[in-house]
Amino acid sequence: MTQEKIMRFILIGFVAILAAGPLYLETYYTELFIHMMVLGIFAMSLDLLIGYTGLVSFGHAAFFGLAGYLLAIVTPETEPTAIWISLPVVLAGCAIAAAVIGWFSVRTSGIYFIMITLAFAQMFFYYFNENNDLGGSDGMFISNKPLVGWGDFQFLDLENTTSLYYLVFAGLLASYFLLRTILNAPFGQVIKGIKANEHRTKALGYNTQNYKLVVFIIAGTMAGFAGFLEAASSGIVSPGNLHWHHSGIVIMLVILGGMGTLYGAVFGAFILTLLQDKYTGMVELMPDFMSGMADHWHLFQGIFIILVVLLVPNGAVSLLAKISQALGKKEDAK
Amino acid sequence: MDFSTFLIQVLNGFQYGFLLFLVASGLTLVFGIMGIINLAHGAFYMLGAYLTYWLIGYTGNLFLAILGGILIMAVLGYLIERLAISYLYDRDHLHQVLLTYGLILIIDDLQKILWGTDFYSVPVPEILAGGIQMTENQEYPIYRLFISVVCMILAAGLYVLINKTKLGMMIRAGASNREMSQALGIDISKIFAIVFSLGVTLAAFSGMIGSPISSVFPGMGSEILIVSFVVVVVGGIGSVKGAFVGAMIIGLADTFGTVLLPEFASVVVYAVMAIVLLWRPQGLFGQT
Repeated sequence: MTQEKIMRFILIGFVAILAAGPLYLETYYTELFIHMMVLGIFAMSLDLLIGYTGLVSFGHAAFFGLAGYLLAIVTPETEPTAIWISLPVVLAGCAIAAAVIGWFSVRTSGIYFIMITLAFAQMFFYYFNENNDLGGSDGMFISNKPLVGWGDFQFLDLENTTSLYYLVFAGLLASYFLLRTILNAPFGQVIKGIKANEHRTKALGYNTQNYKLVVFIIAGTMAGFAGFLEAASSGIVSPGNLHWHHSGIVIMLVILGGMGTLYGAVFGAFILTLLQDKYTGMVELMPDFMSGMADHWHLFQGIFIILVVLLVPNGAVSLLAKISQALGKKEDAK
Repeated sequence: MDFSTFLIQVLNGFQYGFLLFLVASGLTLVFGIMGIINLAHGAFYMLGAYLTYWLIGYTGNLFLAILGGILIMAVLGYLIERLAISYLYDRDHLHQVLLTYGLILIIDDLQKILWGTDFYSVPVPEILAGGIQMTENQEYPIYRLFISVVCMILAAGLYVLINKTKLGMMIRAGASNREMSQALGIDISKIFAIVFSLGVTLAAFSGMIGSPISSVFPGMGSEILIVSFVVVVVGGIGSVKGAFVGAMIIGLADTFGTVLLPEFASVVVYAVMAIVLLWRPQGLFGQT
């Protein structure tokens, strides 16, 4: 088996595990998987910027959180809003926000881009954090899940965890294939060219500024899609969703999984979330004097991030690639 | 707004600007010279403030506490450069961002373990207490004036250090061409460790000297970090002169924004940043 074949085999297995999720998972884990798939979409959208275009955005959580607030605003307390209405409104809102922030940001590059996206995202954070009409620092409840259906006919009941799971699962697959299609199109070749060498791409006659802006809008809108799913499934949105720590975490997910592969970002989301979920259990296995660590996930997470950056900078996918390479060689030897 | 109120606001704006300059200069120095983007800069600022609060409990004197804090932070900065940052010079900005983000998580959690989540206040030392009478019922606190003066002296000191001393010459040489300076016998890795330690100490010192007027609380680090980013972006990254001008602009914009447009206070500085970027995407003193 070649390396690609092994990778494909792993991916198909992963999708199969996800597809069968609700059949074997307890409710708690079904909900955790929903959360992980949502984070996976969020991380993939950032991978499009970081891994393929070379734009390191440190403000990606702005769109994720904005989407939640938009959903909360278009959902009245008394009745559900049809998803055919709320989703386009949310996505359009995020696209417009991404267009405005992107218009300023893509004029710069490198470190400026990092700082500017961070500063703009914080501007959003402060706006929502201090706006008492939108719940201030407490955030807002979304009392009704989006209605998937027409009038009285309900196609999917999102109060049902399994239905919600498959909606998010479908969203994950759709996002992946949409991004794949974009990346395989001539447009995708140009943005990869920007990452490899922007001057040369420009010299070939491409207006790289416009390409970067469009990528930024696509990524922002997809982050909004993830934010929509997150808010719809949790029923709450808070300023924490747009805090820059959240932007930091999602960069972490992309690096942890392995950037520039899309599925790596999803792996990253699963690895970090499962680690966090198992953290308390892991502390119990440690010696007694470390039991105080249970409340200090952030400390552990910080050390973990530093170790990943220093030791596995190319992420989990690079480890998988190495393993499958070794396996492939063994096969060849036979 | 009458004239004396206006004057007090101008003074406040400059004072805030001076403090911002101290923080931002460390950030811009470390980037300009070492090419490292340090997200943990704000966390060091916070650490400085907490150390002051903590050491004042032992020494009872703000100045002694600051002295002790400076020593601790200089050593800490040196160690962090040697143990972590020094592996990242040839790496992408992305990895630097992520590693220093990890540092923030660690420092924030350590702060919670050591000092909890309460707000603390640090008393203004007695010799600097009181104010200068501006009008019959308005006075300007001496301590704020003191901050401005100290910051000005430090700004001048920084200028002399970088432009007039031998160490400054080596720093500038290392910034413009690392390999060549190394070939000439300059120990660049030592220079970089010193610069990083200097940057950390500048951030912490700002937190220390600012602690009597700002109170000490968790999250004070990320607040100042974001504003310093705005300052650096406005001034032009890597330029100390730019950091100075940027800090004054943002200090005044923030102070007058709070007075004149209270509802949009938190957005004013970002609007200023956006306008500057429209006009000069590389910042006021930045090089393209």
